[in-house]
Amino acid sequence: MVGGNKIAVALSGITKRFPGVIANDQVDLELLEGEIHTLLGENGAGKSTLMNVLTGIYRPDAGTISIWGKAVQLENPKDAIEQGIGMVHQSFKLVPTHTVTENIVLGLGRGLAPVKIEEAQTKVAELSAQYGVKVDPAAYVWQLSIGEQQRVEILKILFRGAKILLLDEPTAVLTPQEADELFVTLRSMRAKGHSIVFISHKLDEVMAISDRVTVLRGGKNVGTVLVKDTNPQSLSNLMVGREIKFATFPRKEALGDPVLEVEGVHALNSRGLPALRDITFSVAAGEILGFAGVAGNGQQELAEVITGLLEPTAGSVRVNGVDMTRESARRFIDAGVSYVPADRHGVATVADMSLSHNFVLRRYREPKFAKGPFLNFAAAVGYARRLIKEFNISTPSHATPIRSLSGGNLQKVILAREMTTRHRLLVVMSATRGLDVGATEFVRETLNEHRHKGRAIVLISEDLEELLSLTNRIAVLFHGEIMGILDADKAEIASLGLMMAGQAQAEVA
Amino acid sequence: MEGSLLILVVPILQAAVRSGTPILFVCIGEIYAERSGILNVGLEGLMLVGAIAGFTAGFSAGNPVVGVFAAAIAGALFSLIHAYVTITLRADQIVSGLTLTILGTGISGFFGKPMIGQVGPGFDQIAIPGLSKIPVLGQVLFQQDAMVYLSFVLVPIAWWVMYKTHLGLSIRSVGENPATADSLGVSVTKVRYGCVLFGGAMAGLGGAYLSLAYTTMWIEQMSGGRGWITLALVIFAAWNPARAMLGAYLFGGADALQLRIQAVGIEIPTYFLMMLPYVLTIGILVLASRASLRRRIGAPAALALPYAREER
Ligand SMILES: Nc1ncnc2c1ncn2[C@@H]1O[C@H](COP(=O)(O)OP(=O)(O)OP(=O)(O)O)[C@@H](O)[C@H]1O
Ligand SMILES: [Mg+2]
Repeated sequence: MVGGNKIAVALSGITKRFPGVIANDQVDLELLEGEIHTLLGENGAGKSTLMNVLTGIYRPDAGTISIWGKAVQLENPKDAIEQGIGMVHQSFKLVPTHTVTENIVLGLGRGLAPVKIEEAQTKVAELSAQYGVKVDPAAYVWQLSIGEQQRVEILKILFRGAKILLLDEPTAVLTPQEADELFVTLRSMRAKGHSIVFISHKLDEVMAISDRVTVLRGGKNVGTVLVKDTNPQSLSNLMVGREIKFATFPRKEALGDPVLEVEGVHALNSRGLPALRDITFSVAAGEILGFAGVAGNGQQELAEVITGLLEPTAGSVRVNGVDMTRESARRFIDAGVSYVPADRHGVATVADMSLSHNFVLRRYREPKFAKGPFLNFAAAVGYARRLIKEFNISTPSHATPIRSLSGGNLQKVILAREMTTRHRLLVVMSATRGLDVGATEFVRETLNEHRHKGRAIVLISEDLEELLSLTNRIAVLFHGEIMGILDADKAEIASLGLMMAGQAQAEVA
Repeated sequence: MEGSLLILVVPILQAAVRSGTPILFVCIGEIYAERSGILNVGLEGLMLVGAIAGFTAGFSAGNPVVGVFAAAIAGALFSLIHAYVTITLRADQIVSGLTLTILGTGISGFFGKPMIGQVGPGFDQIAIPGLSKIPVLGQVLFQQDAMVYLSFVLVPIAWWVMYKTHLGLSIRSVGENPATADSLGVSVTKVRYGCVLFGGAMAGLGGAYLSLAYTTMWIEQMSGGRGWITLALVIFAAWNPARAMLGAYLFGGADALQLRIQAVGIEIPTYFLMMLPYVLTIGILVLASRASLRRRIGAPAALALPYAREER
């Protein structure tokens, strides 16, 4: 057995239904004291749902929960907190306008009791040191990077003295270095006797960090295995129910004319501060240009400048040789520019609208989807059905509102829409973030296909492995500047890492 | 020379405080409601309900203090409709608020019929010994009625609770991100109900000020748009009870000035003068929204959005 022998959590026969889906179907799960237990499963397999049941956010339709051997009813989040359960959610639950400490002490006192901020700050600092989770307790959450925000979430749980920690895809938003730091923290928590449920789609991480793995497929538990008795291939087979092949992606030899040419571009971010400085690059037809960099180094603004959403303060942007610097986003679309943004909820989709409507959002003017001034519903629905099948999106129907989809399926919807529009330039941010192995392979293959069809692709990603395997060249962004552009064949993770930390290419080489 | 200017200005300032006080009460309450994420545009109706309930109770008991309590209770009870419709049924907050205004106007008109023309008991001015002798400020702030003094006490308490207590932290979190507060065991429903009811009680007090202190009678629709102005004031105050005080007196000043100018008989059409407070409101809105953009203080992020735990 792993760790202690005591059973921290025992779920049995947990069933949770949503309109049109059974998200969890009679799931049994045991979490031991002092173990890191990974939940693995395709997008929409029911991982987040199961964890939300355990935090009292969702009430299961059937099944029982026992904590440390005692049957409990988790009626609401408060009950779960009292049982020592804490969760880092897939989309963080933080109040951006409050400080780190305010976020941590929220809910810990009642009524007119004064908030003892100084006292709490000292305790937060102590916990930070004890678990090696660095964060400024007085900073506002909106000032923090995603990685730091995640540390606040972890501190929040530790501050409450939780023994059972649930982490829903914590590494999806982290850089490789941040993920390594997180693993150090997780191991030290395990050593201190915490029980941890870890969710991730990255099999190498799963192999590295966990003691046991439970695989969910279609809401059912299809097996729990010891990590030392398994390997990535068999895990992914168990997860998907069929063999997955990991392909390599040959580059195209002869490149076409430049599709996107950016010269000397400067731009400001939404707070009016300089975000891009003197950016110059071009992407040719048949080429994938990767952009590496730690989140917040100008990626967002870069994507917006080359899709017409943000006007540069200086420099020029040309698409197919035509100057588009001052043109609207609509003109960029007409020129064949497609965009998959990082903010899936805000920019990319309309949460309350159905899948089929979201699919035609950008194409409703095309004769195919219009009947005079009206929308051709039949065509939209047919198109939606096709994409749902092709991209293997798990949803009750094409009429389901987008907001009820699981994180990964939402990403698939956007990718499906953007990749099937006729385009010459595709701008993709964090293409495979939060996608399961099968879907990741599918997306990478599709991107590769598009390259070979002669499209130009800008791939902005924090996943260096992905950039190395997929792109022709990799540009590294740091503080809004390009530190250098490397051939993907010759680039190495180590030197890319140094450039991401601000060293110029010349110094690294 | 200076002295004669003071003779002119001091009464206007004193009147500004009086005229700003009803809005101040309403504003504090609405700040709490909005901080918890519930927009209540029914303030006009709530004020009227408070005014008539306060007047009737005060008149019957022959004691304005009874009226004040009655107004607060009536306001809270009336706002329960809004709380139930928007929090429990999760209906549209604007629609519910508008309904409250229409309903409040009707109800107050109906129950007010027999009170028209009656003169009720009111709050008299009390000069606070010592403090009222301070030059200028003494007369402006400390020769006022008991309800003004009540507001002096309420503002710092409201500020302290909002920014220094766990309750305040919960309220602000619920209004910014209810799912987050909920996940930490804060009851979104309870906090929101509490804030809306408190907002109703305060709007009731604001109304009672009009019928028990500002005047001592009931006049139909005597709130005269103050409920709407308060909505703008909340924005000007950046959802901060302390700043609400400043804003309320600014508006009160415009109101007082307008009355003086009319009384002195300066040749400006009265309609223009009566527009003054409202023009000020628009001006404040324009300024506040520009400034807030720069300083990143804005409305609570979850304002007017219903919350359900199991919904994504
Ligand atoms: N609040 C909800 N309302 C409606 N449907 C929901 C809700 N939450 C989850 N679902 C549905 O339940 C299924 C399981 O979703 P869940 O979020 O648990 O998947 P997941 O395994 O976490 O996937 P991912 O890897 O993409 O995060 C999905 O089909 C999803 O659409
Ligand atoms: Mg999930």
